[in-house]
This record gives sequence, C-alpha cells and structure tokens, in this order.
Amino acid sequence: MAEKAAPQTHQTGTPLIDMRNISIAFGGIRAVDDASVDLFPGEVVALLGHNGAGKSTLIKILSGAYKRDAGEIFVNGDEASISNPRDAKKYGIETIYQTLALADNVDAAANLFLGRELMTGWGTLDDVAMEAEARRVMGRLNPRFQRFKEPVVKLSGGQRQSVAIARAILFNARILIMDEPTAALGPQETAQVGELVKQLKADGIGIFLISHDIHDVFELADRVCVMKNGQVVGTARTSDVTQDEVLGMIILGKCPPGAIPGPGALKIAA
Amino acid sequence: MTDTTVDRARAAELGALGRFLKATELDTRMLGMVGALLVIWIGIHILSGGLFLTPRNLWNLSVQTSSVAIMATGMVLVIVMRNIDLSVGSVEGVVGMIMGVAQAEFLIRVLGFQLGNPWLWIIALAAGVALGLLIGAFQGFIIAYMEVPAFIVTLGGLLVWRGMAWLITSGRTVAPLDATFQLMGGGPRGSIGATASWIIGAVACAAVAFALLNGRSQRKRFHFPLRPVWAEVFLGVVACAVILGAVWVANSYPWPVGIVRQYAEKNGITIPEGGLFIAHGIAIPVLMAVVVGIVMTFITKRTRFGRYVFAIGGNPEAASLAGINTRWVTMKVFMIMGVLAAISAAISSARLNASTNALGTLDELLVIAAAVIGGTSLAGGSGTVLGAMLGALLMQSLQSGMVLLGIDSPLQSIVVGAVLVVAVWLDTVYRKRV
Repeated sequence: MAEKAAPQTHQTGTPLIDMRNISIAFGGIRAVDDASVDLFPGEVVALLGHNGAGKSTLIKILSGAYKRDAGEIFVNGDEASISNPRDAKKYGIETIYQTLALADNVDAAANLFLGRELMTGWGTLDDVAMEAEARRVMGRLNPRFQRFKEPVVKLSGGQRQSVAIARAILFNARILIMDEPTAALGPQETAQVGELVKQLKADGIGIFLISHDIHDVFELADRVCVMKNGQVVGTARTSDVTQDEVLGMIILGKCPPGAIPGPGALKIAA
Repeated sequence: MTDTTVDRARAAELGALGRFLKATELDTRMLGMVGALLVIWIGIHILSGGLFLTPRNLWNLSVQTSSVAIMATGMVLVIVMRNIDLSVGSVEGVVGMIMGVAQAEFLIRVLGFQLGNPWLWIIALAAGVALGLLIGAFQGFIIAYMEVPAFIVTLGGLLVWRGMAWLITSGRTVAPLDATFQLMGGGPRGSIGATASWIIGAVACAAVAFALLNGRSQRKRFHFPLRPVWAEVFLGVVACAVILGAVWVANSYPWPVGIVRQYAEKNGITIPEGGLFIAHGIAIPVLMAVVVGIVMTFITKRTRFGRYVFAIGGNPEAASLAGINTRWVTMKVFMIMGVLAAISAAISSARLNASTNALGTLDELLVIAAAVIGGTSLAGGSGTVLGAMLGALLMQSLQSGMVLLGIDSPLQSIVVGAVLVVAVWLDTVYRKRV
C-alpha cells in the first residue's frame, strides 16, 4: 500500500481478450491453476515461464485445443464459448503452433485453407482460387517462395514457418497466438518475423507471444506475463522491469515492484 | 526475376526425359507401374506362346479385375487415414448372401414377387448396398468414437461377417439369381455391345479434352504457369489412345458361337457364311468399376471430404487443430468402404450366378495388396485411386497369367506374395530417393 507509484499495467478500454481464473487439470496435475491474463488491441503480451509452467496449455485453451475446467474467456468484453478450434477461429483467434501443425503431405495452399476451403459454385474445391490467394499472401511474407505445387514436407524450416504464419494471418485474425514462432528460424528469418509482428501490431491485432528468448521478448512485447507451476507469477510492462527482474520471476517466482503480482507470486512473510 | 532465372537454370540441368516429365507433370511412380504392367503382359504373352494379349483374355482380365479394383479404391482412403480394413472380404460374403437370399427366396416366397419382376434385382441390390453402408458405419463408429484400433475391429469383422454369411442359410448356396442381376457379372449379355462401347469411348475422349482445356483456362485466369501446348496435346492424345484402344479390344472379342446361334434363332436372323460376328463390347462390371474409379477420384481430389482424409493421414493433430472433425471423417471412410464392398459383392455373386458363404474369401488381402502396390503408403497420407486400380489389374494379370502358363496354385501364391513384398520394397527405395 505504501508504494510510491502503483505499477501501471492496464490500458483503458475493453480488452480484446480477457481470460479470467482459468484452470485445467490433467489426471490430477493442475497444469493451469487460476490463471488470468488479458490482451488489448495492438498489444503484444509475452507469456514466459519454464517448460511445463503452463503457458502453452493456457494458450491451447484459448485456441480451442483444450477445454478448460473452470474460468471464463471474454472477447471484446463479451463472454465467449470456446470448446474447439473452430469456435476460436470464429472469434478471430488464430494460432501458430510450435509444431506448426501443418499437414505435411498436401501443398501450401491446401494447408492455408485447411478446414476453411474455398469452394466453387458446384460445391467442389476451388484449388485455383486457393492457389491464387496463397500466392498473394505468401508473396507478402516470403516473396521468394515459389514451391506451390509441392507438399509442405519438402519445404525448408523457414518456408514451413511462413506457411504456418500465412495461415494465421490469411483470415483477418484479430488475435494472434504465436507459440515459439522463431524456434526453427535463422537470424534473418527471425528478424523477418519481428518485422511482421510490428506490422500486425500497427494493424491493431493483439498478439500473445510465447518465447524462450528473453531478448526477443523485450524487443517485441509491451507486457510480459510470467507463469510458474501453472500459476501466474505476475504481469508487468516491459518498460517497468529489467530483464534480470523478469528472469527472477521465471526462476524464483519473485515478483518485482514494477509488476502486478499474481496468485503464483512468491509469498514474502509479512 | 531471380526466380525465373533459377527455374531456367534448373530446367537446363534436367535431361530430355526430365524436361518431358516436368512439362507433362506426369507422376514417375505411376509411369513405373504402367511400365511394370507392360513388362508382365508382354512377358507372359511370350511365355504362353501368344495367349495373353488377345481380346478374349484381356476382356476376361478386365472382368476379373473389376471386383477387387472397386474395393481397392476405398481401401486407398482407409489406408491413407492410417487405418486398415481386414473385413472387406467377409463383408462382401455376407452382403452377397443377403442379396442372393433376397432376390431368389425372400422376395418371392415371403412377399410373393413373380420371377423376373424388375423390382427383384433393384430391391436386392439396394438392400445389399444399405447393409454394406450399415456394416461400415458400425465398424467405423467403433473405430472412430470408441477408439478401438481399426486392425482389431476389422479383424473381428473378418470373423463375424464370415460367420454371419454362413448362418443366413446354414451354409447352403443360393442359386440361380435374377436374370437382370446377373448382367452385373459380365458375360455376353452382361456387356454393352460394340456401338454403345464406341459411344462411351467417344464421350470419354471428349471429357478428357474438356478437362484439359478447362484446367488450362482456369490457370490462365489467374496467370499461373501453364504447361507447354505440346505437353497438353501429348497428354490428351495418349489418354484418348488408351481409351479407344481399350474399347477396340473389347469390341474385338466376339460372342461364342453357341450364344450367337441362340441369339440368331430367337431373333430370326440367318447366320451368314463364316459365322456372325457380334462383339461383347465393354462388360457391365468393368463399366461399374470405371464409374466407381471416376467417382472416387472426384471425391479424393475435388471435395472437402477428400482433402480432409489426406490431411488427417498426413498429420492427424494438425487436422484436428484446423477444426476438422476427424472422427466423423474416419467413420465416413469406413461407410464408403462398406458400400464398395457391397458393390463388389453384387459383381462377384452375379458372375458366379450364385451366393455362397465363401464369396470373397481372402479378397481383403488382394484388395490391400492392390492398394499398396498401387502406391498407397501404409504410413498414411499418400495414395491414388488410379494407382490402386492399376495395382488390382497388375495383381490379376499376374494371377491369370500364371493360370495360362499352367503354374500350380501353390507356386502362384508364392509368386504373388513375393511380388507384393518386392513392390513395396521398390516403393520404399523410390520414396527415399525422391
């Protein structure tokens, strides 16, 4: 109570995404325990934590891959019911998974439109239109990409990554989840992804970024949210905390003064 | 700019054959299979002293292939989705039995239909197809929703449906079948004759030309790279030559003298000096197989369902994260397999002119072998309907070729088994290199 300036975390207005008190357990293990996190338009929120801290699980609840046991999700202030990936996409939530989640044996266009194929008036697949759209969006992301006829298994890591990213932005996502988007990329491609994130931000898209690279996080994210053992340690603006303080949150669960502590913060004896 | 130069540089590296393949976009795997088929045909033709490549033998070969080829098209989808169906032979058996009992006994004795009533074969066939669909749905439900592995469910099915086929009549063979129903088995009457065959051939050629032109104009509309004109013309000419060649072969096989005589007597025709030449034309079961092949190719290539089957086979997790209802797709694939087994049952029992409880025994192995030889990967995610049908033709060619050569049946089994293993081994080598 005696702090000089309360850490400022919340922007004004309605958050794009507001996840409140989310919990999920797998066979008795609470993978996510009473976690709350929000995201505003044009904002990048990085989720940090060790392997198994629950960040991927939390994000998979938002993308519809897992069904939560408790808690609510609000999209633009309205309660959303998300119980499968299709529901999430209806709310404009798109995900780039760490594993990329590409169907390896079909081509780039088929992957971009997987589950949302363009159809002709006859009710058949409109492959030509899908390829045209794929060429357009891939041309924006990766102008040198030409291998539209080959199954994605034959593409390089960076090319596969661009297919996964293209799929997420193709359908005018409002909320983008990026799970380790640069894990498979070289330095130049990583820089490209950074540029893309900034561009999407400028378009007012909210982005959840999961990353191990704290340097990346400080460059791209507006806020960080640190998780440990399924609980939120705290959230902070990247301008209010140092990299060392964030590492302290990740490793020790110690919440620095610049952050708003969550239920998982280390309890210091009063 | 740089890309076109790279492309050109790459094209220059390719030899004449490579350029030809790139221009025509032909699948080298498929070409290899056609090559193997031709080698087998010519080899057996020479060894048998010119008995194999005759209109009569090729026509019979086409009829013998149709039943397995039809089921192989469905097996492609099953295997692409990383499942297997061991029950198709037994499903064929039980469905054949039901169709036989329905038309030869039940409808006549219980419901009082007259022999020769056209509804007999229609109801029997419809009941059979419905039963196939139901069995497929049942097995598919257990596999997709109750999560029992397909191998186990269909292994159980292999025993269950064969047992059911026996139970229906306590092992008694049902014969004869309805005269119209028998047409599905081929034979002189179960063929469409010369004129109709030529018409179908001409329509098919027109369809090929239309498909090529349509594809080209679609790609032009979006300014995509086009195949060179000579490659399009080449593809069209080859496809039409194959179609018209097949029709010509079917039309070169005349009715046997005895049947011509019967026919002439019935219609009051005097047989001219040197006999009357009445061509078989394309057999009805072959026509059915071709139609099934076209429909199944359409389903796999042009529908959302087909796209999902392949996507699930390639990466089940990705497919479900993309919002695809993988369970329902799995169940539908098994339902299609059931219907195809029923169609095959109609053809095989019509050809026998009887329903026996042993109908289709061991067909599951031929069907799986045909699909696998035809390039369907057991790891899932790849395979083509056309490949599987060619695979069925290849297996059948080997088998009937060995019969022509007078090879004992144990040796036939040895050859077929060895060919299957070698074919898959070659395929594995090929996949690693490409």
